[in-house]
Parts: sequence; structure tokens; C-alpha cells
Amino acid sequence: MKLNKIILSFVSALVILFSTSVASFAKVVGDKIILGAAISLTGKYSSNGVHTQNGYNMAVDRINSMGGVKVGGKTYKFDIIYYDDESNPKRAAQLAERLISQDGVEFMLGPYSSGLTKAIAPVTEKYGVPMVEANGASRSLFTKGYKYLFAVLAPANLYLDVAIETAVELNGGKPVRIAQAFEQDAFSQDVRLGILDAAERTGSKIIIDDKLPKELNDMAATLVKVKQMKPDVLVVSGHTKGALTAIRQIAEMKVDVPMLAMTHCDAAKLSKQHGKNSQYALCASQWHKSLTYKDDFFKDGMTYAADFEKEFGYDPPYQSAESSAALLVFKDAFERANSFDQKKVRDALAATNMQTFYGNIKFAPGGQNVDKPMVLFQVMCDASGKCENKVVAPLKWASAKLIHPIPKWSER
Amino acid sequence: MDFLVFQYPMITLQACLDGILLGVLFALIAYGMALQWGVMNIINIAQGDLVILGGYIAYFMYLYGIHPAWGVIVAPVIMYFVGIAIYKLVINKVVDRDLFISILATFGISILFMQLMNFAFGADVVLANSGYGTTMLFDNNVVLPNSKIFSAFISIVFAICLVIYMKKSKLGRAIRATAQNARAAKILGVDTEKVYAATFGINAALCGVAGALISITFTIHPYMGLPYTIRSFMIVIVAGLGNLPGVAMSGMGLGVFEEFADYILGTEFRIGSVFLLLVLILVYRRFKLSRKREYLK
Repeated sequence: MKLNKIILSFVSALVILFSTSVASFAKVVGDKIILGAAISLTGKYSSNGVHTQNGYNMAVDRINSMGGVKVGGKTYKFDIIYYDDESNPKRAAQLAERLISQDGVEFMLGPYSSGLTKAIAPVTEKYGVPMVEANGASRSLFTKGYKYLFAVLAPANLYLDVAIETAVELNGGKPVRIAQAFEQDAFSQDVRLGILDAAERTGSKIIIDDKLPKELNDMAATLVKVKQMKPDVLVVSGHTKGALTAIRQIAEMKVDVPMLAMTHCDAAKLSKQHGKNSQYALCASQWHKSLTYKDDFFKDGMTYAADFEKEFGYDPPYQSAESSAALLVFKDAFERANSFDQKKVRDALAATNMQTFYGNIKFAPGGQNVDKPMVLFQVMCDASGKCENKVVAPLKWASAKLIHPIPKWSER
Repeated sequence: MDFLVFQYPMITLQACLDGILLGVLFALIAYGMALQWGVMNIINIAQGDLVILGGYIAYFMYLYGIHPAWGVIVAPVIMYFVGIAIYKLVINKVVDRDLFISILATFGISILFMQLMNFAFGADVVLANSGYGTTMLFDNNVVLPNSKIFSAFISIVFAICLVIYMKKSKLGRAIRATAQNARAAKILGVDTEKVYAATFGINAALCGVAGALISITFTIHPYMGLPYTIRSFMIVIVAGLGNLPGVAMSGMGLGVFEEFADYILGTEFRIGSVFLLLVLILVYRRFKLSRKREYLK
């Protein structure tokens, strides 16, 4: 009996402790605005999860040190509660629920990847919690009529259609023949839809349309078809695995194609892992440090990249840059709303129209950013074998001229 | 449906060669699985994860400036001891229990390995470049990456060495005896505990070789092990236990079948078609068995 009493009092003490600590967490406490985020710190998305977290942290530190957020004549500082979602959508949804209903968070930042954002969005929507996300590009996120979801990045279907348009332009305005291979996941299939749209718009023909399995490690069959049918453009999207496999096998099989367009080149560290074999590959990117967008906090891309490198020891991938931009968007919305009322902040977010170092940000009714085009860079190597990504399209930001057609393997 | 593959003989040849080179590599992994399944009656779900771990050994050699092909020698040595350690820690406690327990145990090991590799090596997809170049045949119409030829060659060498070892060496004979009847072997003085440990070690070493080859020819990632487990499982099911030529043939056959399914049905049906084949073979086997039973009656 005595033991039972001891256990009972211990448990109730714990409950009391927890309930007070929960209360002290809530949304805006003292001079702190507390945001919540479930991020993949372990599991298969952990590298990009860490890029996302670093981006968030960098922006929080910068905004706080430069005067914070001014609402109702008072200055507030950002703070973020992180949970590890283990790269698991179910876990992410649970954590979103916990952040909102237990920790009392009233504003959320997005997780990494379209799949996890898709898992969290219904939860934030249910509770009317505004979420600014920076790493979910799938088109299906923006067609569900979500009112509280805002994405600073361009949707997945716009990733590579610039490449098709560029190819048509270089072909003297005449339609081109396209070969494409996409992994069977939400993101890559959205990229594919974008290519289908672009093909229809330009009258181009798709002559190979392969779907790559998730456990992809061999695309030799697709490449043999490419060798035989000689398309004008080859488009590949299958995350980092797809990019690495494609470059390895294209080089090994000496596949000659005038234009090769892909996604996830910088996440795959293509130029580092493959060196000269990756030369001439065109890659879609949300952001590149050489772009000339400006803001008051990070100045421009080059300064951001330098500061980021100083803090974290590596060149920022676009996943970090867009995550930092999400915080800038929140700050701007809080100040315009001049309130912490979720509805008012949501309306202020919807009316966002600003420039950040990452790009212009303006949300469509679906929540996607419509004011920031994708950029294409090309991997270019010098004689010593050192490779660099140079922006080649759109022309406004091009720092190098597109090399087209890609020289044949026999001439390299 | 696309019958391009039959219209051009060169593509047919390419598909066959790609399939065979791939199949030989799978057969090596499957052989390890068949060995330990036959001897210890354990289905090792962690097979693919051992392969990936072997791949990381070669990858790290590559990172430190050693040619990854040397991984073919280093990885099996390290993996042999990893295998022995796993046996001593976990497998020896489940080896006499029923199949279900061992599947659960190795499933647990598989999850643990995935997470540990993710923790230690990061979640990036990586590969090791061999710089082996390409062999062009028939006026550049058939292209074979030398890395794939190298993989197939090494796989065959290891398979042959193993067969000879099993036939000639004392341990090999002990392993075969234990596979036939563990109790009888024990009575006749075979230390079955040692045999089990060695078998598990040899299997892990084979996985190490295969992993090193995969890091040279394909890509590796902490979570990429399962497809290798499934493929080797299928090869063993098709070939039957203790049937080495069968494993080699069914490995190559599956490789070629996969390539053709890829061309004809499309890449998205590649894995699906292999599963379909598996179901068909199992149904056929059952049918044959039931006829045999009737005959016996």
C-alpha cells in the first residue's frame, strides 16, 4: 500500500510538472515568438533535414540579432521548438499534433520533403495554424484548397520546364524529341507533369517515358533506348539516387545526348562525386548563390553563402536558403498583421509581396510562391578537373553561356 | 507493351548481357543466403544490410585514396568477423528455434544496421568510382561497363573458390555434414556450434564482396539493403536449397528476365514481374508436389 502511495504521488508530481512546463511553452511568451517544427534529424532524409534546420537557425539568429520582430510597439525574438520526425510521415503528423495541442504552438515551420509536408498540412489546417514551409514542392500540396499553408518555393511541376523551353529555343523554335525517366514518387511525378505540359505547349514529342522504381539502382535499359532513338533532350528525376545513377551509367555507356536535364544535382554533390563525368549536366535549382536578389538581413546570395559557410562549415544548398527565407516571410507577416491573432497573421501571409535574398515571394491562392522562377545551372569543369555549377538560365541571371549541344563522348 | 527489344538483335544481346552480369552478382548474395538457410535453417533478413555495410567498407577505402577494387579483399575479411560477432551475440540464441523466431531476430538486426549505418555514415547516396571505362562491342552497338564485367568476374571467382573449399576442406565437409543432419554430425564429433559460426561468417564475407562490387557498379545508401534481401530470397526459392548450379542459373535467369521485362513492360514493372514469376514458380512447384504425393499414395 505504501509503495502504491509513493508511486501515486510521484506520478502526480510528474503530471503537475508537465502541465506547468507545457503552459510555459505556449506560442508567444514574454518577448519570444515560439514556432514549432518537426524535422528529419534521423532517417533517410536526415542530411536534408539538417540543411533545413541550419537554414532555420541561421535566420532566427540573424533576425534576433538585428532587432527582432516588432509587433504592437514591442520587440519580440524568434525561438523554435524542434522535434525529430525520423523521416516518417506518420511520426511527423503526430508531432505536429503534439506541437499544437500540447506545446501550444500557434505558428509552424515546415518539415523536409513533400511527403512529410503532405502529412502535416491536414493537421495544421485542422487547428488553423499558419505554416510557412520551404521544402515541400509537390503540386498536390497546392490543389487541396489549404488556407494555412504557404510555400516559399516554386512547385515541382516548374522544375524542368525551363529546360524544355530552352531546348526548343535552341532548336530554332522547332519542337524537340524528349526522352524522360522519372522515379515513381509524388515529387518526381509532378516534375514529369510539368514536362508533359511544356511538351504540349511547344508541340514537342515524348519518345521515351520510363518510370523508375523506388529501389532504383540500374537504368541501363532506359539508356539503351536513348542510344537507339537519339532524342534531343534527356530528362531524369529520381532524387539524389537518380542523379548519381544517371551520370554514372551515361558516362559508362557513353550515351550521347545533346541536352541532359536533371533534379537534385547539388544535393547529390554531383560534381564532387562524379567529377568530369558530370560535366554539361543541366540541373534545376530553387536558388543559386549568384542570383542578385537582395534583402536587409542577409544582403544577397553571395553574402548569405559566405556567412552560412562560416557558421556551419559548408556551402549552403538551396534547401538551407529557402528555409532561411521562410523565417523572413514570418517576420514580415507578423509586422504587417501587427498582431498574433492566427487569422490576421494568415491574412498577412496571404498578402505577402516581398523580396528576399532567396527570391521574390508572393503566394497564389493555393499557397505556392508564384513570383520566383526556377533557375537552371550547368556543371562546368576546367582543365584541372575542378567542377562548378554555373547559372545558365533564365538569361537574366546567367553567369555563363549554356554549352549546347553536349560534346560527344568520343570527342571529350 | 513495347517490342523494340526483339526488333533489334543488338538490343536483345545487350539486354541478355546486362541481365547475366547483374544476375551473377545477385547469385553470389543468394548463394550466401542458401548456405546459411540450408545449414542453420535461418532466413537472414539482414542479408541486404550486410551487403550495404560491405559497400561502405569499399567506399571508405575509396575516400582515403585506395582503389575501391581492393575492397573485394578487405571487405570480406572485416565482414567475416562482423558475421561471427552477430552469430555470437544473437543468432546462436535462435538457431534451434523455429523459423519465425529467426526471421524476427534477423529483421531486428536489419533495422538496427540500417539505423547505425545512417547514424555513422549519413543518409547521402554514395558511390565509389573505379575509373574502369567501357567495353564497346559490335560497332559500338553493345556497351558493357567494365565495372560490371569486373563484378561478374569476381563473383564467379569467389563462387568457384567457395565450392572447392566446401568440397575439399575439413570445415567445408563439416558444414555439409551439419546441413545434412546436425544431430548425426554432432554425434560423430563435429562441433556444430563452430560450424554455425563459420557459416554465418562466410555468408557475411560473401555479402562483403558483393557490397564492394555494388559500390563500384551501382550506388549505396543505408536503406537500400532490402531489395537485395528480397532478390536473393527469390533466387534461393526458385533454385531450392543446397543447389549451387541452380542458384547460379536462377540468378542469371532472373537478371535476364528482369531486363526483358524492363524493355517490354516498362521499368515500372521490373520488380513486379519478378514477383509474378516467383508466384508462378511456387504454384507450379506445389502442383508438382501434389502430383508426387498422389503417386506415393
